[in-house]
Amino acid sequence: MSAILEADRLTRIFTRGLFNKVENVAVNEISLQINDDAPSITVIAGESGSGKTTLASMLLGFMRPTSGVIRYRDREIYSLKGRDWREFRRNVQPIFQDPFEVFNPVYRVDRILTQPAQLYNIAESEEEARELVEEALRQVGLRPAETLGRFPHQLSGGQRQRITVARAFLLKPKVIVADEPVSMIDASLRATVLESLRELKTELGISIIYITHDLTTAYQVGDTIYVLYRGSVVEAGNVESVVQSPSHPYTQLLMGSIPVPDPRVPWGENLAPITSGDEFEVSVDGCAFAPRCPHAFDRCEIDPPHYRLEDDRAVKCFLHEDHPVTGLESLMRAEDRSFIA
Amino acid sequence: MTSPNGGPVLQVKDLTVEYETERGMLRAADKVSFELWPGQRFGLVGESGSGKTTTALALMRLTQLPGRIVDGKVMLDGVDLMSLSENRMREMRLAQISYVPQGAMNSLNPVVKVGNQIANGFKDHIDNMGRSEISERIVEVLRSVGLDPAVSRMYPHELSGGMKQRVAIAIAVSLGPKVIIADEPTSALDVVVQREVMLTLRRLQEEIGAAVLIVGHDMGLMAQFASHVGVMYAGRLVEVGQVMDIFDDPFHPYTRALIASLPSTNRRHRLTGIPGLPPALLELPTGCSFNPRCESVMDVCMSVDPTFDQIRGGRWASCHLYDEAGAAK
Repeated sequence: MSAILEADRLTRIFTRGLFNKVENVAVNEISLQINDDAPSITVIAGESGSGKTTLASMLLGFMRPTSGVIRYRDREIYSLKGRDWREFRRNVQPIFQDPFEVFNPVYRVDRILTQPAQLYNIAESEEEARELVEEALRQVGLRPAETLGRFPHQLSGGQRQRITVARAFLLKPKVIVADEPVSMIDASLRATVLESLRELKTELGISIIYITHDLTTAYQVGDTIYVLYRGSVVEAGNVESVVQSPSHPYTQLLMGSIPVPDPRVPWGENLAPITSGDEFEVSVDGCAFAPRCPHAFDRCEIDPPHYRLEDDRAVKCFLHEDHPVTGLESLMRAEDRSFIA
Repeated sequence: MTSPNGGPVLQVKDLTVEYETERGMLRAADKVSFELWPGQRFGLVGESGSGKTTTALALMRLTQLPGRIVDGKVMLDGVDLMSLSENRMREMRLAQISYVPQGAMNSLNPVVKVGNQIANGFKDHIDNMGRSEISERIVEVLRSVGLDPAVSRMYPHELSGGMKQRVAIAIAVSLGPKVIIADEPTSALDVVVQREVMLTLRRLQEEIGAAVLIVGHDMGLMAQFASHVGVMYAGRLVEVGQVMDIFDDPFHPYTRALIASLPSTNRRHRLTGIPGLPPALLELPTGCSFNPRCESVMDVCMSVDPTFDQIRGGRWASCHLYDEAGAAK
């Protein structure tokens, strides 16, 4: 197995303040790997502030990590030049969270589709380009006649977001990094868009990094999941086992907070009383989740390592310290990822 | 707490809102009728463009041009809101019927401290309220939504999204209204914060005995929060009932499809969206607007528009499947 895209202990630190510098570790030593030969959907799950968008920006080559390396086909991306860099850019495509910011308001929406089509020469003729664009629009449930020729302000947020998904379809890349692609789309269309993401994987062999706060949709489409809390992976593994039996107290909180579409199931029945994270300062050395954790004990004053559970899951919590310590990078190395099959 | 006349606190009858567009008149809300009883939490669900926000705004008489309320009656505790002067209506807003707008956290004024924004409501609606009393009330409402009173001296940008949402709710409940309208109050929030904010809203609503109209598209949120659900499609209310009934046995095929499209956390399955797209309001199909996407479509649906009828006690739907007034099914 070879990796098409690999993150090796990525860390990104933002500093603010001129004299008394305050450091904010947005992404803390995250490693992950996307294989070339077995397309997969990798979910990065977390709340806002978890570092998921920062991680996405780094994977796309939009932001340099403070430390750690991103490799595209075994080569550090910042060593790529000219053709190689363009190949990386074409093959690792973004879908952004906010469909209001990606469009230039003075151009018709066609441009966001035709421009990359020209740039990467995907069509022989204008006619063919037009057909490909229309096909991509239909894939995401848009009517070409009602979409092309319009200006961004004439379309709803959901329609605009589907155009950016169509753009990713059009280029048929190897990897799509989709940052909250359906959070602004109606529930009834969410299923359609997510199902087409899954088809991209099964039919076109495109791997997807699906970044979301919504564990329900993550569960439906994902293969592997990484749960992020304040920049660190707190739990990682097969999506089925993580969702069905979350092991980290934070994953348990996330799962328990989901409004289940069944009025007979009380909302968060198994959850401890609400402790909002807003007021807590994260202790510098300890577990970042400890201030909100119902199970916190004195051990949590130091930062826990990842422990490897029986099902090859990694959990960053002292509640599991009877298990062997594992490095995230070794756990996620291709030859080791038996649990993904 | 019941309404003085013992009936519904809000009665909406045939509320119709039209927008004038370049391509013709568009009916964004079409003869919407429902009732809200004290203490009820009524969830108005639908896709974007189904008319739910249009309806919510019209209830507040906040419809903006080119939109116009062309027909209908809205009775708030016996007062006909549509016949009030603009001044009288302004007195009703916030005090009697309050509104938490969509993306409420961005509706706060960025250059005014939180406390002053809360104070505005007291100053505008209550005469001769002293400065110390206002400060006390601000502390009280902030505490009621689970915020530290120190927040009153902060600017909105110093708060997290969840905290700003709590401030918006604090403002909406500050004068103890009879009806609170909340439009997608948590759509921008994380799931953990969403639950906290919604549970706060529910606690406050129960404390002051208000009715809540919550607008949204998340059926999961409706299942957990609402006591009653109204489903909108293409500007019409197509089904209304108690939340248990709606989820146990949805009448309208659209409601059924909406519920079936929900992803589950118990079982992985192929996601099925609702086939097709919602119709353009300017080119509604003849007959029932849902007929192009309906699984149970019949001949009559292609030509005759179904009426919104009570199918059985407390359950309304507009669908030809129930034409014999409950005989079918």
